Amino acid sequence: MTDTVELPAALREIADDFAELTAPERLQLLLEFSEGLPELPERYAGSLDAMEQVHECQSPIFLAVEVADEPADEPGRRPVHLFFSAPPEAPTTRGFAGILHEGLDGLTVEEVLAVPEVAPYQFSLGEAVSPLRLRGMVGMLNRIKRQVALKSQS
Amino acid sequence: MTSRFSLGCMAEHTDPTTSSSDGYAHPERLVSTEWLAGQIEADRVGAPDGIVVLESDEDVLLYDTGHIPGALKLDWHQDLNDAVVRDYADPEQFAAVMTARGVGRDTTVVIYGDKNNWWAAYALWVMSLFGHEDVRLLDGGRAKWVAEGRELTREVPAVDTSARAPYPVVERDDAPIRAFKEDVLAHLGGALVDVRSPGEYSGELLHMPDYPQEGAMRGGHIPGARSVPWARAANDDGTFKSREDLEAIYLTEQGLTPSDATIAYCRIGERSSHTWFVLTHLLGFKDVRNYDGSWTEWGNSVRVPVEQGAPK
Repeated sequence: MTDTVELPAALREIADDFAELTAPERLQLLLEFSEGLPELPERYAGSLDAMEQVHECQSPIFLAVEVADEPADEPGRRPVHLFFSAPPEAPTTRGFAGILHEGLDGLTVEEVLAVPEVAPYQFSLGEAVSPLRLRGMVGMLNRIKRQVALKSQS
Repeated sequence: MTSRFSLGCMAEHTDPTTSSSDGYAHPERLVSTEWLAGQIEADRVGAPDGIVVLESDEDVLLYDTGHIPGALKLDWHQDLNDAVVRDYADPEQFAAVMTARGVGRDTTVVIYGDKNNWWAAYALWVMSLFGHEDVRLLDGGRAKWVAEGRELTREVPAVDTSARAPYPVVERDDAPIRAFKEDVLAHLGGALVDVRSPGEYSGELLHMPDYPQEGAMRGGHIPGARSVPWARAANDDGTFKSREDLEAIYLTEQGLTPSDATIAYCRIGERSSHTWFVLTHLLGFKDVRNYDGSWTEWGNSVRVPVEQGAPK
């Protein structure tokens, strides 16, 4: 079933990893993503108001999107970088952010914009964390894509 | 031995589980972090005739990041809800969930969780629907345990399910403590407590701040409901306020009466479980029901009466 949706290679690899596991193991892998979420770089630390809050998540999470200036004549090929901030008391939210970071960071504008909206449902997590909670990841992805579209227009 | 829930001995109750002389109606329903630490120390947690400690969180992974030694995870989505219908577990599912955690019908269960024990209170209330007699909350919840620098572990305890008889399949008895929309319609004019934020109560907000996916088509409150946000019952450290302070809010200020039938509601029924616990077990109200359909049902229902505006 997971094969029916086209995902960027890194996200596909993550989806396949989750698919091979039992439900409790999936939670453990999500926990690893939660713990692997990179720290905010200096320029964002302590300035959450420079980031966008993801209101679809039940815990406070903030994200920032950076789109490179080059190549100037091909906005679609500019690389995208993602930054997230979420407290350790919200490991599920951090785990969702960790998946999106590993799967999308460094991709081009075109590649990020092509990620289907149903991507969050491809990680076999519905049973382990409940479909309702997955809506938080859908919200994150939508906000990332919106910012990428906005920031690649110049 | 396990102390029993009893209506007759409020003043004299000297259950060792309470940390203070707060004079609650049913003080045995609340245990302190010190008491629980002592139970762990004495190897009573998870022992065949001991107590069972359950963690019930909003965040499904929080338990896995570290939990109170000996505690087991209870997830409100997976374990307590029906997977398809908007309803709670059926008797078979509930019995299986309890058996898997080594809970027998007479086991003392202590529940704690994140977010000021919202989901812990919710789990306690669902266990009460099944008539589990001895289920208690850890006062202050997970946050207080962590703030006190007490031990957390990632070790998931093995449960010897053969150590006691399986949990019996018992009917869920909703009527005494659960209200449905029709019950609320029939109750209009009676005592209602809206525990949501002031903005949700007045109708300015169609959802709780930060929880937009649990929104409603219409904003406001059920006519006649008193506005008492759940957090007013809690101290800054997440513990419950003293009985005196609670009476000042619910009885003196809001004019509620312990002998009156009362219904509490919020958005999906979890914050109002917290208030249900306060009214029932701390203040001794005799007839409190939690309307778990709450605003996500009422605010989306056709032609039910809605009132807007700030509390009068």
